[in-house]
Amino acid sequence: MSGKTLYDKIWDAHLVHEAEDGTSLLYIDRHLVHEVTSPQAFEGLRLAGRTVRAPGQTIAVPDHNVPTTEGREKGIENPESRIQVEALDKNAKDFGIHYYPVSDVRQGIVHIIGPEQGWTLPGMTVVCGDSHTATHGAFGALAHGIGTSEVEHVLATQTLIQQKSKNMKVEITGKLAPGVTAKDITLSVIGRTGTAGGTGYVIEYCGEAIRDLSMEGRMTVCNMAIEGGARAGLIAPDEKTFAYVQGRPHAPKGAQWEAALNWWKTLKSDDDAHWDKVITIRGEDIAPVVTWGTSPEDVLPITAEVPAPESFQGGKVDAAKRALQYMGLTAGTPLNQIEIDTVFIGSCTNGRIEDLRAAAEILKGKKIAVKRAMVVPGSGLVRAQAEEEGLADIFRDAGFEWRMAGCSMCLAMNPDQLSPGERCAATSNRNFEGRQGRGGRTHLMSPAMAAAAAVTGRLTDVRDLMQPVAEPA
Amino acid sequence: MEKFEKLTGIAAPLPLINIDTDMIIPKQFLKTIKRSGLGVNLFDEMRYNDDGSENPDFVLNQPAYRDAEILVAGDNFGCGSSREHAPWAIKDFGIRCVISTSFADIFFNNCFKNGLLPVALPQEQVDLLMKDAEKGSNARMTVDLESQTITTSDGEQISFEVDSFRKHCLMEGLDDIGLTLEKAAAIDTFEAQASQARPWV
Repeated sequence: MSGKTLYDKIWDAHLVHEAEDGTSLLYIDRHLVHEVTSPQAFEGLRLAGRTVRAPGQTIAVPDHNVPTTEGREKGIENPESRIQVEALDKNAKDFGIHYYPVSDVRQGIVHIIGPEQGWTLPGMTVVCGDSHTATHGAFGALAHGIGTSEVEHVLATQTLIQQKSKNMKVEITGKLAPGVTAKDITLSVIGRTGTAGGTGYVIEYCGEAIRDLSMEGRMTVCNMAIEGGARAGLIAPDEKTFAYVQGRPHAPKGAQWEAALNWWKTLKSDDDAHWDKVITIRGEDIAPVVTWGTSPEDVLPITAEVPAPESFQGGKVDAAKRALQYMGLTAGTPLNQIEIDTVFIGSCTNGRIEDLRAAAEILKGKKIAVKRAMVVPGSGLVRAQAEEEGLADIFRDAGFEWRMAGCSMCLAMNPDQLSPGERCAATSNRNFEGRQGRGGRTHLMSPAMAAAAAVTGRLTDVRDLMQPVAEPA
Repeated sequence: MEKFEKLTGIAAPLPLINIDTDMIIPKQFLKTIKRSGLGVNLFDEMRYNDDGSENPDFVLNQPAYRDAEILVAGDNFGCGSSREHAPWAIKDFGIRCVISTSFADIFFNNCFKNGLLPVALPQEQVDLLMKDAEKGSNARMTVDLESQTITTSDGEQISFEVDSFRKHCLMEGLDDIGLTLEKAAAIDTFEAQASQARPWV
């Protein structure tokens, strides 16, 4: 019998019941809740006269709808957004779950504050009514998005009905070249597998280039596992993970910390584990990348040109034609000649302190050459830390707007939106049609690449703006 | 939940790949705190012009397909966000079955919670059903969950796979939470053991 993968181990440790056909009941350790996908679930509980089974393991925060301008705690102007946030205020209170309201400095994007507050721990099962729950996989937690019916199911039963996924290993070997980041890794993987390539799988990312990433970088990689179609992304916990977790408000302490650490250290795939699919990419082969189309799989190195639709096959030919038309691009145009209007730095993909540091490094002493640029820190605490480190001043001096925490222009449910035709360099996760505002055109990239675009006014190879270093291989 | 047993109806062809949940129901309609009423905004940005008028080129605006109950679509349908508003909008429009070569995981799960049947088939069979759907309102397909078959307007029959538990729940219209609560004792036992083994949780 072959050994187990990390996914197998976490799955086994949470299996409450398994039927003959494989339908399984999985125990959920942490349930994260936000205002957009939960009101109908709480309403369902009320109608059925049910309660929240484990309120102490349920954490709520408003993030999708909230304005990111100062003074927002006085009330949200948009009536529908206000009603949704007020509904969460009330549901959190009525059902006695942990809550970080807009007025709390710890408020932020749900996937940023979970790890920040120590709610997310290795070996846990974590779910949220949000597809980017995959982020928490960076800690070696089995974490994935669920729909509202499943939110209600978890609230009522603290379990989820699941079918087990297959195991995929994505190995990034060797070292990354200067200017190449976690975002370039995760986009490059999707470029290789396609947005449906991970469907039916849980991905474990491994290899030297992954081990070398900080926890922030690992969260960026796992965050976009969902864009590759995978149910979840995982990275085995190691000393970096433990160091990040230790001392956080909800991390175990004392004897419990020692007990937890003993178990966490066993959380890795066995050498003889069975993989249903293996993908290996050399870290040295990954370049700074940008997206050119309307799917995260439409990704190329910044040194490339807009591709011709005819260079694809099957349904992708028409999809690429449609994408170029929507994006207002012509095949053959060098990507680094595409002019942009707007820069957005933030989101659960790239709204952490390390992301802001990377962008500020490029922006230091420079001015933006775009119509508007905004930084939306992922949480109130990230914002406070960036202010303390002087990053906020660098952004403001460069001409960026320095905002309050939230999802903001990543999905444009709040007032932060693109206008039709407005072209944006964004550190978020989706370049779908209309994602950042109807008719808006999104190019996805790393924070450093977005900062580079901000100072030149066009998509730019960040390596051109970096301090001279040895030529990348 | 509404049962799904057998459906005979008009199938609309939407031969685009990677139809994401932002396309199915854009974010401005997620501000609702209800599950109903989203059908009018299904595929909003493709279906309506900037001034709010209907885009006559979009398939569901064409006379033959306004009452479609089946949708035949390109690969990777429902990718992107976990929003259950996507199946709510599809169902509210009147569509009860979506056929594609593959579905995104969360969307696929969400369908089964709402009496909506997603059917994944090989490319050649989806191509055949797409052609059938393109015939318009005279071409009515039959989707039979019991026998796990789709019958084209020409009488050609295609079999499909469906997970047995999900089939059972759809055919009986069962409420998942009710089923799980029948296992409350097993959950209690698990929690008691877990609180010993992993007390930090």
